[in-house]
Amino acid sequence: MSTEIKDTAAAATPSHKFTALSRMFHWLTAILIFAALLIGFTMVNWLAGYTDLRVIHMSVGALILLVVVLRIVNRVRHHPPAWPPTVGRLEGKAVILSERALYALLLAQPLVGWAMVSASGTPVRVFGVLRLPPIAPFNIDVFSVLREAHSILAYLLVAVVAAHVSAVLAHSIVLSDGMLRRMTFHIGRRERSKI
Amino acid sequence: MTPSSKPRPTWGGVPLERRRILLGMAAIGGFLAVDLGAVAYAGGWIGTAHRLTPHIFIKAFEWVNGKQSGFRKNHAKGVAVAGYFDSNGNGREVSRAAVFRSGRTPVLGRFSLAGGNAHAADMAATARGLGLAFGFPGGAQWRTAMLNLPVFPDSSPQGFYDRLLASKPSPGTGKPDPEATAAFLAAHPETAKAMKIIGQSPPTPGFADSTFRSLNTFYFISESGSRTPVRWSLVPVTPPPPRTSSGPNALFDAVVRQIRSGPLQWKLMLTLGAPSDPLDDATLSWPADRRAIDAGTLTLTSIETERAGNARDINFDPLVLPPGIERSDDPLLSPRSAVYAASYRVRAREPKSAPAVNVDEVAL
Repeated sequence: MSTEIKDTAAAATPSHKFTALSRMFHWLTAILIFAALLIGFTMVNWLAGYTDLRVIHMSVGALILLVVVLRIVNRVRHHPPAWPPTVGRLEGKAVILSERALYALLLAQPLVGWAMVSASGTPVRVFGVLRLPPIAPFNIDVFSVLREAHSILAYLLVAVVAAHVSAVLAHSIVLSDGMLRRMTFHIGRRERSKI
Repeated sequence: MTPSSKPRPTWGGVPLERRRILLGMAAIGGFLAVDLGAVAYAGGWIGTAHRLTPHIFIKAFEWVNGKQSGFRKNHAKGVAVAGYFDSNGNGREVSRAAVFRSGRTPVLGRFSLAGGNAHAADMAATARGLGLAFGFPGGAQWRTAMLNLPVFPDSSPQGFYDRLLASKPSPGTGKPDPEATAAFLAAHPETAKAMKIIGQSPPTPGFADSTFRSLNTFYFISESGSRTPVRWSLVPVTPPPPRTSSGPNALFDAVVRQIRSGPLQWKLMLTLGAPSDPLDDATLSWPADRRAIDAGTLTLTSIETERAGNARDINFDPLVLPPGIERSDDPLLSPRSAVYAASYRVRAREPKSAPAVNVDEVAL
C-alpha cells in the first residue's frame, strides 16, 4: 500500500498535482512567453518604443531559453501526474503531441531569434550588459530565413498556447475534472474541492 | 417521449450539463478574445489606421520610388568601402568605448545618396550619406549613418514621412509637385528653417571632400560615468583634387577613382554640447563655439561594388552602439532604428539585382 500521506482537505492528492518546482516553472514560462510575444508583436509596429522594447524582448527571450532548458531537464526527471480519467485515448495522443510542440517551440523560438540577430552581424546584448556570442555566420540570406521563421514560430506559439489554455478551461469548467488544479498553488483556503 | 428521457451526451464518461458547457464556452471565448485581440492589436492588424508604423514607411518609399527589389528602401544607391580608424586616445576623455582607446579599429562603410531609387542619376544637391561600422562584426561595434548636411531636415518621424510623400516626382515634370512641397513646408516650419541652414552651406564637389555629420545627438559615457551630449562629424583631411566625372554616376565614379589613387582620410571630431543646446532636435544647429575633440583619423583604403557579404548586407542602424555611447531622447532615433530594421527585413527576402555603381566598370 501507498505510504503517502493524503491531503484530505484537497481533492487533488499530491500525486495528482505537478511538483511545486514544475508548477513554478510552468507559470514562470507562461508569464515570460505572453510578455515576449506581446512585446515582440508590439515593437515591430511601434516607432517610438522599438528600441527599448527590443532590449526587453531579447532579455525575456534569453530568460525563456534558460527556463525551458531547465524545464526539459525537470520534465525528464519527474514524470507528470496522471491525467484525469476524462482524457480519452485519442485526446491523450493530442495532449502528448501538443505538449511536445510547446516544448519544441519554446526552445526553438529564442534560438532562432538569437541566430537571426547573429546573422545580421549585430551584437546580441541582453539585460543591458551580458553579451552573447554569435551563433550564426553574418549572411543576409541566413538572416532572412531566420527572420521569417521567427514570425512564423511566433504565430504558431500563439495558436498552440491558445489551444492549450482552451483545452484546460474546457476540462476544468465543462467537465469539472480538476485539470487546472493539477497546476495551481493553493493560496489560503482550500475548500473548493470539486473533482 | 420526454426530453429528459434522452441519454445525456457525455465527454470522457462525464455527462455534459448545458450550464457548464455555456460557462466553459464563455470562459474560452473570453480568453481567446483577449488573447487574440491583444495579438491583433500589437501585431498592427487592428488599430493602426492613425499611427505611423515601420511598414507604412516601407509602403511610402515604394509608392514614391516604385518597387526597388533587393535594395535599401532609402539611400538605395551606394558603394561599399573599407578601411580603419586610428584612435589617438583623446576620445577617452568623454567615452569609455573601446574604439576611443589608442589604436586601430577596422571599419566597413558605404557611400550613398539619399532617396529610394537605386538607379537615380547623381545630383550635387542630393544628400550624401556615409554609413560606417567600426569593429564589424565584433561585440563592441559602433554603427553610424551620417549625412553631408549641417542639420537634418526633420525633427520627427511624421515630418520625415510627410516630406517623403511630398517628394514623389510628378508624372509630367519628373519633379516634386510644387503645391505639395509648399503645403508640406507650411505644415512643417521646422523643415523650412532647417532648409535655410542647409542652403547656407552648399555641397562640396564630391564625397571625398564632404564633411559628414551624425546630426542626432548621442550621450558619451566616460570611465567615471559622466554623460556628455555629443554630435560627431568626419572632417576631410586634405581632400584630393576633384576628379572630373560626368554621367549618371558622376559622384560615385569620382570617389572610386580617388580611392584607387590613394586612401581618403577624415578626422573624427566629437563636438561637446551644453545642457542648453538642442539635444533632441536634429533640425537645430549648436553654437559654433562648442568645444570639439579630435578623436583620430578614419582612413578608407578600398572601394568595391555592393555584393553579398560586404557593406551591402550591413544595416547601418544608428542605435548599434558600443558600451560608452548611448542614445539621446531625440525622437528620430528609435524610429530610424525601427524603419531601418523593416527595410533590412524586406530587402533581405527580395531577389537582388545588379547595383547601379559597378566599381569594375569605372575607367581609370
